[in-house]
Amino acid sequence: MDFNRIKEKLNILADAAKYDVSCSSSGSNRKNKDKGLGDAGNGICHTYTEDGRCVSLLKILLTNHCIFDCAYCVTRKSNDIKRAAFKIQEVVDLTINFYRRNYIEGLFLSSGIFKSPDHTMERLIAVAKKLRLEENFNGYIHLKSIPGASDELMYEAGLYADRLSVNIEIPTISGLKLLAPDKKHEDFIKPMLKVKNEIIRYSEERKIIKSTAKYAPAGQSTQMIIGATGESDKDIMYSATHFYKNYKMKRVYYSGYVPISTDSRLPSLGSEVPMLRENRLYQTDWLLRFYGFSVHEILDADNPNLEMDIDPKLMWALRNLNHFPVDINKADARMLARIPGIGMGSVHKIISGRKYRNLSWEHLKKMGVALNRAKYFIICNSNDWERRDLDASKIKGMILQSQNGKFKNQYTNQLSLFN
Amino acid sequence: MNSTKTLVYDGSFNGFLTAVFIGYEQKLAYADIQKKGQLQSGLFTETETIFTNLEKAQRVWNGVKNKSNSAIKNIYFAFLSEQNNMEALLYRYIQKLMGSTYKGATDFSDDCVLKINSLAQKVGREKHRMEAFVRFQLTKDEVYFANIEPDFDVLPLISKHFRNRYADQSWIIYDVKRKYGLYYDLQTVEIISLDLTDIHTNSLEKSAVFTDAEYEYQDLWNNYFKSTTIKSRINTKLHVQHVPKRYWKYLSEKKEAV
Repeated sequence: MDFNRIKEKLNILADAAKYDVSCSSSGSNRKNKDKGLGDAGNGICHTYTEDGRCVSLLKILLTNHCIFDCAYCVTRKSNDIKRAAFKIQEVVDLTINFYRRNYIEGLFLSSGIFKSPDHTMERLIAVAKKLRLEENFNGYIHLKSIPGASDELMYEAGLYADRLSVNIEIPTISGLKLLAPDKKHEDFIKPMLKVKNEIIRYSEERKIIKSTAKYAPAGQSTQMIIGATGESDKDIMYSATHFYKNYKMKRVYYSGYVPISTDSRLPSLGSEVPMLRENRLYQTDWLLRFYGFSVHEILDADNPNLEMDIDPKLMWALRNLNHFPVDINKADARMLARIPGIGMGSVHKIISGRKYRNLSWEHLKKMGVALNRAKYFIICNSNDWERRDLDASKIKGMILQSQNGKFKNQYTNQLSLFN
Repeated sequence: MNSTKTLVYDGSFNGFLTAVFIGYEQKLAYADIQKKGQLQSGLFTETETIFTNLEKAQRVWNGVKNKSNSAIKNIYFAFLSEQNNMEALLYRYIQKLMGSTYKGATDFSDDCVLKINSLAQKVGREKHRMEAFVRFQLTKDEVYFANIEPDFDVLPLISKHFRNRYADQSWIIYDVKRKYGLYYDLQTVEIISLDLTDIHTNSLEKSAVFTDAEYEYQDLWNNYFKSTTIKSRINTKLHVQHVPKRYWKYLSEKKEAV
């Protein structure tokens, strides 16, 4: 193996793949088979990049040659960058050798589209197939579904991969027309739909025949770029909800647009990555998936954007003060989960703990409830609670004063003296 | 009044469970259970040495397990934390658990339960970190070798994970701090102790013990680690929070940073 050549390719093709946010390796249940190599389970982050993102998979492109010219993409055909391509065997060797040293949980293979979508998809499948059948590799494999790939290939991909994903990238159809004129919305949807249907079919069959083979056991995910086309938070979250609901997505990822081109349709080079906005969107995503909120409670026509200075749950609570205060010792789980400053961990502890005695401020504090936010919304076993009749803006002001977030400088109106 | 006593055990988990059994047998309201060799006896307390008895240990284990599966896990994890006085705390925890009318150790309004819970959580986190941060290096004898130095004694907890995952390669994970390790010989995992002349942290110098290709792959991995960073999003605080500096010396991707 020519290590120098591989190193060069790895640098180019890992660099090009890094804008894909997904690096999760959880959700699969693949066991080690016949004393082979690897298994896939709860997911492990083997290290973290210096920007703080989890590294759990070897995330590379098979090639960064591409026939498309999508404005937002670093490997677009008109971009003057170094191009490279891995051979199938090279990817297999890298994966196996990294895996054996416990560097990674598996492989995340994506690719620029060369020749045709089907041709590209075929090569991706060939890598996964070789890993599974020739190397008896049972680690995690995440393959990218290439937009426009045929149903037969998508079916085959699911037999070897744990997860498949298509990045829709631009949350609105009009945005897609603007930035990626040669791609059609249907091309993204078709492989997604095929995989969804196969997953349903396989899980039905498993109910009857237990030994049915696995088909993409970790499901599908997708990704949206935010801050590239001037879309609102409502556009993003409604579109995410659509994918969660209609395509049974395991995850939708939100990726703050990192300026990479001088194209006039996009934010200019050097503009800030919208990390705070990204963070608020993820918080909203969590509220939808784990806290029992529905999207129109948080975002609607009157409030198309999230507030940057407070988290979305607090935002909702301030708009719906009629639901509060909540009695910690009586409320049901659904309502407890809606109190700002109380996470699902605390909800669980409150429900088990209050069987033994009525809970007071002390108890809540020790359980880890963020009282600086929660105290305006709850009563507990104590005579001491917020008696003043505060309106939403007052509460917000007091909470903001009591906390010191790392993004504070991004939303305070106070001018800095030395800047 | 004969309710306080110091029980001295051999340091093993079964020894501890035996001590709990003896404590219950003698109806001790408060048992000061201590490891042999670390004994600090009080002036007026009576001391008894406990001999590990598997049968008695098993009875305590089963008793707790019948009450709650999560409690038995908490007890074992908290035990491995090796914290001072953790034994006495565990004894109280078991008393509370067995005395409670509810199934499960769920009284999160109780300090002792919260304390054990958070100890177990810390050990659990360390276990997970070790599953992530072990870096095997391939020796010329075709054994994948790794040194670790975990905060808590987590080797017994990670054994199964590595056995299941790396079923087709021999490997050694050696705890430098506690001077014992696990060796998998393609059949079973054994506990070994080695006479290590040098500890294989990742220095920039190459050791003759490892294959040449080993260093090539480390180099590739370092390159990968660098190219996957997005420069405009650097967040060192978050990075260090996820990968604390004390682990860096065993992580090949942080070779140059150490």
